[in-house]
Amino acid sequence: MLKKISFKIIFSATIATIVIISTFAFFNVRFLERTLVSEIKRHAAQQSETIKSSVRSAMLANNRDDIGEIIKAIGKQKCIQGVRILNKEGEINYSSDPSKIGEMLDKKAEACYTCHATGVPLEKLDMKDRTRIFRIHPDSARTFGVINPIYNEPSCWTSDCHIHPEEQKVLGVLDLTVCLKTMDNELNSARIDMVVFALIAIILLGVLLWFVVRLWVDKPVKKLVRATKEVASGNLSYTIGHLNDDELGALARSFDNMTRKTAEARQQLFQSDKMASLGRLAAGVAHEINNPLTGILTYSSFLLKRAKNQPELKNDLEVIVHETKRSREIVKGLLDFARQSVPKKNKANIRHVIERAATVVEHQLNISKVKLETELAPNLPQVLIDANQMQQVFTNLIVNASHAMCENGGSIRISTKLISLKPYGNAQVKQALCPKGHNLMDQDVKINGMPSIKLRAKSGNNEGFINLDPVYGKNRHKYGILIDDKAEVELSCPKCQTSLIDPKKRCPQCGAPIYFIEIPGKGRIEGCVTKGGEWQHWKIREEEGAKEYIEIKTADTGCGIPPENLSKIFEPFFTTKGQKGTGLGLSVIWGIIDNHGGTIHVESEVNIGTIFTIHLPVDDTKNE
Amino acid sequence: MKEAIHILVIDDEQVILDSIVKLCSLEDWQVDTAIDAESGLEKLSNKTYQLIISDIMMPGMDGFELLEHLQEKEIFVPVIITTGFSTVENAVKALYTGAVDFLPKPFTVEELLSSVSRALQYSHIRHQQEQAELSNDTETLLYIPCPAKYRRLGYGGWAFLEDDGSVKIGVTDLFLRTINSIINIELFSVDHEIVQGNSCFQIETDDELTHSLLAPLSGRILRVNEKIHDDMTLIEKDPYFNGWLYTIVPANLEFELKYLIPCSSENL
Repeated sequence: MLKKISFKIIFSATIATIVIISTFAFFNVRFLERTLVSEIKRHAAQQSETIKSSVRSAMLANNRDDIGEIIKAIGKQKCIQGVRILNKEGEINYSSDPSKIGEMLDKKAEACYTCHATGVPLEKLDMKDRTRIFRIHPDSARTFGVINPIYNEPSCWTSDCHIHPEEQKVLGVLDLTVCLKTMDNELNSARIDMVVFALIAIILLGVLLWFVVRLWVDKPVKKLVRATKEVASGNLSYTIGHLNDDELGALARSFDNMTRKTAEARQQLFQSDKMASLGRLAAGVAHEINNPLTGILTYSSFLLKRAKNQPELKNDLEVIVHETKRSREIVKGLLDFARQSVPKKNKANIRHVIERAATVVEHQLNISKVKLETELAPNLPQVLIDANQMQQVFTNLIVNASHAMCENGGSIRISTKLISLKPYGNAQVKQALCPKGHNLMDQDVKINGMPSIKLRAKSGNNEGFINLDPVYGKNRHKYGILIDDKAEVELSCPKCQTSLIDPKKRCPQCGAPIYFIEIPGKGRIEGCVTKGGEWQHWKIREEEGAKEYIEIKTADTGCGIPPENLSKIFEPFFTTKGQKGTGLGLSVIWGIIDNHGGTIHVESEVNIGTIFTIHLPVDDTKNE
Repeated sequence: MKEAIHILVIDDEQVILDSIVKLCSLEDWQVDTAIDAESGLEKLSNKTYQLIISDIMMPGMDGFELLEHLQEKEIFVPVIITTGFSTVENAVKALYTGAVDFLPKPFTVEELLSSVSRALQYSHIRHQQEQAELSNDTETLLYIPCPAKYRRLGYGGWAFLEDDGSVKIGVTDLFLRTINSIINIELFSVDHEIVQGNSCFQIETDDELTHSLLAPLSGRILRVNEKIHDDMTLIEKDPYFNGWLYTIVPANLEFELKYLIPCSSENL
């Protein structure tokens, strides 16, 4: 509990709040007290003068009863504790409390002390010295007292009563005491208010912090901890998903990225391991089977040679020899599979290849209630292809499509036609060089399944890499750095940093600088350097003009491919069939089509179906 | 009466030994067998053999090591390498290491007999050549060696790199001397892809044997020498120039060239 982040944050925030509010309260109450006290002083002094003036005429007339009545009346006021007039000797002549009249006060009494502290009594007093705050009893409320000396003046000794001698300076003192209870109560309630305010602030802040920490720290941290535990316990592909947009969210995304990357690496390792052991197995099986096959083939061919004159025996032996030779071919095929087989291209009719592929999978389709429709153009030109590999392509595509069917079957439709494609938007760059001859192709970053062209890019202070779309005119570039729309980018070779900007030319559309990439044997491609700039030009290919292709479309009514998988399906080892699939099918297909100078791309809509479109060049002698 | 021909067969599989013994009995060849290379070498030290047929994968010394051993010890006995692991790499490597032929398992009677008959004939020519060298007879030309700029796979097929990047392919005179008179040939057609170490050309001879020439390089056939269809003797008459077989576009030249032996080298 004490070690939790939420506790630590709340604890320190509470301490900070207490200190801040205490300091604030201390100064606030002190200020309030000073203000109130000075106000009371002023008020009391004023009142004392008022009393002095109101009894002045009565005093001059030596009308003692009037003075007593006035003092009594004033003393009845609520906040006035007592009013009394003392003479020089300390005798109380008048008092709001009549029982006190005639009492003698000691010079040490609090009201007298100020002037009589020294041997000679003071005759003049400052305002601040005339006031005092004291308690009558230690338990009682505080009292504020103000003394007002009554000075001798000519009318006092010229009056008829002749009571005061002329040489006397101070005749007596008016002492007014005011109760401070109200002020003290106010101050106390102000202090209590402060404490209540501090408590409420601390509680509110604590609750808010607890809630915030719980929402933005505790929960994400718990999820992260859980994720690491899951990974530690073997669930290596565990993902956290979206948390927040803060640092912890970034940590979670980075965690997910890490597990995804390791999962991919593991999958690849697993697959390559699987392929390697499959290769070893195939090689081992081939070796082991070839020895016994040698026995069968040599003995049977030996017998066949000796049985020339026995037609019955000869026919049977011929079957054995023939079948053994067939086994030999199968084993050879196995060995070829373990290695990479060389394509054997011949002029062939694509129609026959597709029909053969369809025959091979016919049975399987019938079982899974999938209808296969073909719409094959009758007079397509022959293309130079490896018929076996192409057959493998179509068999795989049909089988994949039948696996993608939802329940109750569906249909697959294969159609072919002759089309003519312009190079812009279609021609694929397979080799690209910088002016110094460095290879720019990036096999790791693929765009729509094709290796991209990697360039170093600089925009302002941002520096990084850009992967250009290898399809001329398509512009599906991948930006490795943040670039504002329409911003110009400096491009250079990632290996030697040679600039790829052509200083002599400008983009004909927007006037920005242009970059260029050398295509070995095919001139160069030029393009606009601004982000979002669409202009690209490949002079040699444009001059060659449109080329004829055979377009083969395989459309199924299956469950489709989610968009997030669409870009990955041609990557080796990408599979949605888990451990059941090798993940090689579509990448092998892609490789075969690529070897034939063709292209394959895919469109798909979930729950509607998938269309694979293959373009095979008709004039193969010029394929790049 | 021809002197008896002795063949040594080395293979770790008894059934292979037995079957080869059986097949060779058709031709009255004397066959000794050894279950591994070491015991084979022991037999070799006691007796002269005209031919060795050896497997590649055997416990102890393997087929390639046997070839190297024979070369080191300067024992000039032609060796036919045979293996169940019949990959192109093995075939090419065997021929490069000095085998006269590569016979992938499983083989038929005909395949074995034609291979053995060529190897024996080769052995015979080599023997004659040695005799001639001993008697300082430089006049007798037993065969026309291939021109210095050519390269060959084993002693059978030659390749010549043209300036335009294509490669001309043909058969050596020595190969033709190891077979009987040609009665029929079978060529691939244009655009066919041939593979180094795999058969690219078949010759039927008047002794009812069919011989396969192993392609010296892989590639797509660009042109086929149509003239030899009309006149088969052209191959025999001028094997290195007018008797070429194919012009190919090499598929993997850089990698495959290292298995070819320059014709300028004396070593056969």
